[in-house]
Amino acid sequence: MMMRLKRKFIVGLSCIAVSALALTGCHGAKDSSGFEIPQEFDESQKIELTFWAKNDTNVTQTAIYNKAIEDFEKLYPNITVNMRLYTDYGKIYNDVITNISTGTTPNVCITYPDHIATYLTGNNTVVPLDDLFADEKYGLGGSSLKFDSPTVDEIVPEFLGECVIGENHYALPYMRSTEACYINKTYVEELGYKLPETLTWDFIWEVSEAAMEKKADGTFKINGQNVMIPFIYKSTDNMMITSLKQLGAGYSDSDGNILLFNDDTKEVLKTIAAHTKNGEFSTFKISGYPANFLNAGQCIFAIDSTAGATWMGSNAPLIDIAEEKLVNFETEVMTIPQYDTGHPAMISQGPSVCIFNKKDSQEVLASWLFAQYLLTNDVQIAYSETEGYLPVTRKAQQAPEYQEYLSLAGTDNDVHYDVKIKAAKLLMDNTENTFVTAVFNGSTSVRDAAGQLVENVTKSVKRKKTVDDAFIDQLYEDVKALYHLDQGAGRAGAGGKADLGKLPAPSVVLLTVLVLAWILIGAYALKERLSRKENE
Amino acid sequence: MKKTLAVVLTMGLALAFVGCGKQAAEVAETATEAASVVEEAATTAESVAEAVAEVAEEAKAEGVMTYAEYAAAELDSEVVVETYVQAKQSWWEDKATFYTQDEDGAYFIYEMACSQEDYDKLVPGTKIKVSGVKSEWSGEVEIVDATFEIEDGNFVATAKDATDLLGKDELIDMQNQLVSFSDMTVEAVSFKNEQPGDDIYLTLSKDGASYEFCLEYYLNGSDEEFYNLVSGLEAGQTVDVEGFLYWYEGANPHITKVTVK
Repeated sequence: MMMRLKRKFIVGLSCIAVSALALTGCHGAKDSSGFEIPQEFDESQKIELTFWAKNDTNVTQTAIYNKAIEDFEKLYPNITVNMRLYTDYGKIYNDVITNISTGTTPNVCITYPDHIATYLTGNNTVVPLDDLFADEKYGLGGSSLKFDSPTVDEIVPEFLGECVIGENHYALPYMRSTEACYINKTYVEELGYKLPETLTWDFIWEVSEAAMEKKADGTFKINGQNVMIPFIYKSTDNMMITSLKQLGAGYSDSDGNILLFNDDTKEVLKTIAAHTKNGEFSTFKISGYPANFLNAGQCIFAIDSTAGATWMGSNAPLIDIAEEKLVNFETEVMTIPQYDTGHPAMISQGPSVCIFNKKDSQEVLASWLFAQYLLTNDVQIAYSETEGYLPVTRKAQQAPEYQEYLSLAGTDNDVHYDVKIKAAKLLMDNTENTFVTAVFNGSTSVRDAAGQLVENVTKSVKRKKTVDDAFIDQLYEDVKALYHLDQGAGRAGAGGKADLGKLPAPSVVLLTVLVLAWILIGAYALKERLSRKENE
Repeated sequence: MKKTLAVVLTMGLALAFVGCGKQAAEVAETATEAASVVEEAATTAESVAEAVAEVAEEAKAEGVMTYAEYAAAELDSEVVVETYVQAKQSWWEDKATFYTQDEDGAYFIYEMACSQEDYDKLVPGTKIKVSGVKSEWSGEVEIVDATFEIEDGNFVATAKDATDLLGKDELIDMQNQLVSFSDMTVEAVSFKNEQPGDDIYLTLSKDGASYEFCLEYYLNGSDEEFYNLVSGLEAGQTVDVEGFLYWYEGANPHITKVTVK
């Protein structure tokens, strides 16, 4: 059994992230422009780089990183890359925050733009990449590079755009994924339903309700087991964020205003509460990995990242449950449920790469070369094939070897595992339907808060508490306090405008009097003029 | 007209200042009133707290569950148990995770509210009264969203031999307890990230069947010697192991002791 990332990291480290954010949240963002591109890269200088990477508890990914490093070092023998592997973005984030204060950040780091927004609160921490992109010699597709780098135009614009913070690019996209709904199609059909062309929230809730029917012995009719949670969502942050996006409701904006605590959110929470009450819904944090329930025939709709596709389905190459618990079923991969099927919306996620500033500009240039090397076809295609990831360059997506890989879907249950390739294709076909949330210093806290609302409601209903308007209003206050969102955390770093409330009464009096005075002055002037005319 | 204008302006300014002044005075007055209300409330709260404490003290014996009652309690229901700390797994941001046990059974307590100061006080054997919610995550039954108080008493469990229960349904009855397995054969050792610095997965076999064990990185803490010992185990070696019977989609003991034979 290949154990996946345990919950302790995810839950614990989100706290770390929040506290780190609280500590840094009071600084203003600064322009990290303390780096000048050297005229020439000095290949006689020995340079040691530290690369902090993330894998998905997937040993093949580790092997691909190692090979990329080995190949890069062959091209640039003066550079040594030391990799440190993480299985969680939160832990990378926490370690970077800690190391910013001691000046010991890595050179190159896999990260999320949300996190970079916080890194930028330090002095000259993260290198803005726009000048590097455009550098004739060492930029994207540069003339002096020793490898076949993509040009700016060859990077998928939607993915590159996600790396802009303020006015600069602070990262390169490395891999992209979205969320997918992995479905036990066999059970859906046994329940008398046919999967629609586009999955909707109503369809999922309806089938989930039908799946709760029990036999006389107390087991569920559909699977003959004691356990059935028809719908499990892995990332409740995404669940809420995507729901609000699909509904056209507020979440946050680029000025750092927090719009999450609104009436639409309340309605989403009430729907979740209603279905949790019947046992139709749960979350990863509350019950466990959706994949484990899906593969045991205890879940029908499992929403997880496309980068988790290798764990999904009866024939999945990675399985975390005992063989005797595995159930045979047909797995369908679909886009996440939609409120408006005419305008589908799904989140774009996945790792990006940033580089940290150092005193030695040659070291920074070496970091840039390595970061750029990760966008070469060899690395992009190999890494994307480890999971349901999509390469971030058109160059790699259109490469014959990648096209061949896609065409071989289902020919084996390993590299060409059909669920994994379907997941990657899902993102490829929906790139224009993806979105990201606004990035600002504090945006990570708003994301955590969105998930916390769903978790708390689900947990409370399971504990037989009443979730009504009063409960949700109190929950809003509690969650705001927990993530320091009641102190304007989001606004502080973004320079948003604060709502100062109603004008005080004395000010109103003063302004009224001033207006009145000007009217009287005008009237007086008019009167003088008229009497002068009369005298003439 | 000039006079009228001057009067209006002056009165306006005066009114505005008066308004400010009045507001300040009102604020001061309100603050004084609030302080007095808070004081009264504090006194009331103090006496209520004292009364509640007395009642709780009296009701304590009734409110605390036996292990059998805890085991029978429904998931997602509130539970109150008296138990003894056996090992500490982690502390962060005033939340801590513990392996605890009494004479009858064990309780895994996940992310219990706990200050750093209290965490330091909770050494193996310390008796605590825990109030929380019984929950289950991937097969692991635990107490979550808990609070605790330290009580008088001490109990350190000795490992129960569970070798004969390997692969049997009855093993789950010993969930979270300190258990031992003897004469196991090392099949494989692997690191979570393919490199040291995190959990170590250990596959051991007995009578031809393989079982998964784990050196939980945080539980192990700074015990470098034990980490290196487990890292260095080789296939074919015979070992006795001891640890807490954690559950993750099946038995997955978190080992704390290995004896190479």
